[in-house]
Amino acid sequence: MYNLLNNLIGNEYVAAVIAAALPLFVFILPFALAAVLLERKVSAFMQDRLGPNRTGYRGLLQTVADILKLIQKEDITATDADKKLFNLAPVLVFAGCYAAFAAIPFSGAYIGADIDLGMFFIVAISSLVVAGILMGGWASNNKYSLIGAMRSAAQMISYEIPTALVILSLVLVTGTLSLHQISEQQTAYFWNWNILGGAGLGFSKLLLIPFMIVGFIIIYISSLAEVNRTPFDIPEAESELVAGFHTEYSGMKFAMFFLAEYANMFAVSSVVAALFFGGYQSPFGYLGNTLGISWLVPLEQFFWFTAKGMFFVLVQMWLRWTLPRLRVDQLMTVCWKYLIPYAFVNLIIVGLITLL
Amino acid sequence: MNIYDIVFYLFAAITLASAFVVVTARNIIYSAFSLLFTFFGIAGLYVLLGADFIAVVQLMVYVGGILVLILFGVMLTNKITSVQIKTGTLQVIPAILGTALMAGVLIKIFTGTNWHSQMAQYPTKTTAYALGHILLTDYVLIFELLGILLLIALIGAATIARKEEKAS
Repeated sequence: MYNLLNNLIGNEYVAAVIAAALPLFVFILPFALAAVLLERKVSAFMQDRLGPNRTGYRGLLQTVADILKLIQKEDITATDADKKLFNLAPVLVFAGCYAAFAAIPFSGAYIGADIDLGMFFIVAISSLVVAGILMGGWASNNKYSLIGAMRSAAQMISYEIPTALVILSLVLVTGTLSLHQISEQQTAYFWNWNILGGAGLGFSKLLLIPFMIVGFIIIYISSLAEVNRTPFDIPEAESELVAGFHTEYSGMKFAMFFLAEYANMFAVSSVVAALFFGGYQSPFGYLGNTLGISWLVPLEQFFWFTAKGMFFVLVQMWLRWTLPRLRVDQLMTVCWKYLIPYAFVNLIIVGLITLL
Repeated sequence: MNIYDIVFYLFAAITLASAFVVVTARNIIYSAFSLLFTFFGIAGLYVLLGADFIAVVQLMVYVGGILVLILFGVMLTNKITSVQIKTGTLQVIPAILGTALMAGVLIKIFTGTNWHSQMAQYPTKTTAYALGHILLTDYVLIFELLGILLLIALIGAATIARKEEKAS
C-alpha cells in the first residue's frame, strides 16, 4: 500500500502519512460509529426495549449526535489530578490500540505493515494499552479509578498468557507468525480454514480439528478479557467502581477511551478471524476470479474480512448482554486454573500431531 | 535525509529524552512512566537495526512485564506508606568517581574496538527463524539452563508469596 501511494504521489513522506492514517479514517471511525449504535440496538433487542429511536430514522443518527455532544463538552480535569499524566493517558491507550491495526491484514492488497512477526507484534504492542490504563487510573487521583486500573492491568496481563499459548500452537501448524501468510495459507474454501485443520490434506487434518476448536474457544475467552468486555468487565464494573479507570474523564478524552475500546474490540475479533477463520479469504471462492475481473478480488476480501470481524464483535455484544459479571477471584481462577493448563495441554497435543 | 534517518533520529530523541527524565524526575511515578518511552524508543532502534524479533521481545518483556510490575509496586506503595518515596541526591563524590570510571572504560572500549561495520542494509527478512535455529542447536544447553533458572525463580516467588497453611 505504501509503495502504491509512493508511486502515485511521488513523495515518500506524504505517502507514509497517508498510509498510516488510512485505517483510522477509512475504517476505525465509521466502525466505531456503527458499533456503538449496534451495541445499543442489540442490548435493547435483548432486553425487550426499543433502544435509541428519536434521532434520525429509527435512531440511526444517535451516535453522531452523541459525538457532537462529546465534542462540545467542557474539558474537566480534577483539581488533585496529575495533569501531565492525566492528559497523556488517553493518547497512550489509543496509540496502543491503533498500533495493532498496522499488522492486521484487511485484504490481500491492503495490510498496513506486512511484518513477518505480525501476530507477535500485536500481542506485544497491546502492553502499551496496559501502561496507558494504569497511567490514567493513577493520574485521576481517585480510588475507583486506581482500583479499576489495577484490576484492568492484572486481568490483561494474566489473559495474555493463554492467548500467547494458543498463538504458539497455531505457529506450530502454520509455521509462520505473519498474519498475511496465515491468511494466505487458508485459501479459497472454508474447509481450508485453520479451525477445520488448515489447508493440508490427510489424517493429521482430521486429528487437528477438535484441538483447533479448543484453541479457538480459549483464545476467544481470553480476548474478551483483554478488551475488558463482560463477563470480564470488572475494571469498569458500574455497580462497584462507577466507571473504573475512566471515571474522571469527560469530553474528548473520554471519547478517546471509548474509541480505543471499540477499536480494540474489532482488533481482537479480526485477529481471531485471521487465525482460525481464514482471515480475508472468502469461504466459497471469488466472484472476481469467476468473472475474470481481477480488481474485484481485493474488494471481496475486504468485505469478507470486515464481515467476519463484525460477526465476532456481534458475538461479544451478545455475550455482554447475556452473561453476568465474574468476581475478581473467579476471573483469576478461570485464567490460571483452567485456561492456562488447557492451553498448555492443547499446545503439546497440537505439537505432537504436527510431528506426525 | 531519507525516511529511515528521520525515524532513527526520532526514536533516538525519544530514548535519550525519556532516559534523562527517568534519572532526574523527583517523582518516582514520572520515572517509571518515562521508562516506558525509553523501552519503546529502544525497541524502535532495534527495528531499524534489523533485529525485529528482539524489538518485539523488548516490548513484550520490558513494557508488558517488567514495567507493569514496577508500576504496580510503586502505585501500591506510594500512597499507603507515610514515607515519601522520592529520588534524591546522595553520596555525590563516590557517585561521580564511579560514573567517571565507568565512562572511561566505555569510551576506551568504543574507541579501541575494531567495529565490523558494513554498508547499511535495510532489513528484509525476519530474524526469528535464524534465532530459533541457533537457540535449539548450538546454544541448546544454555537455553535449557536459562529455562531452569527462570523456573527456579518462579517457584521461589510463589513459595514466598504463598500464605502459611495453619497447622491444625
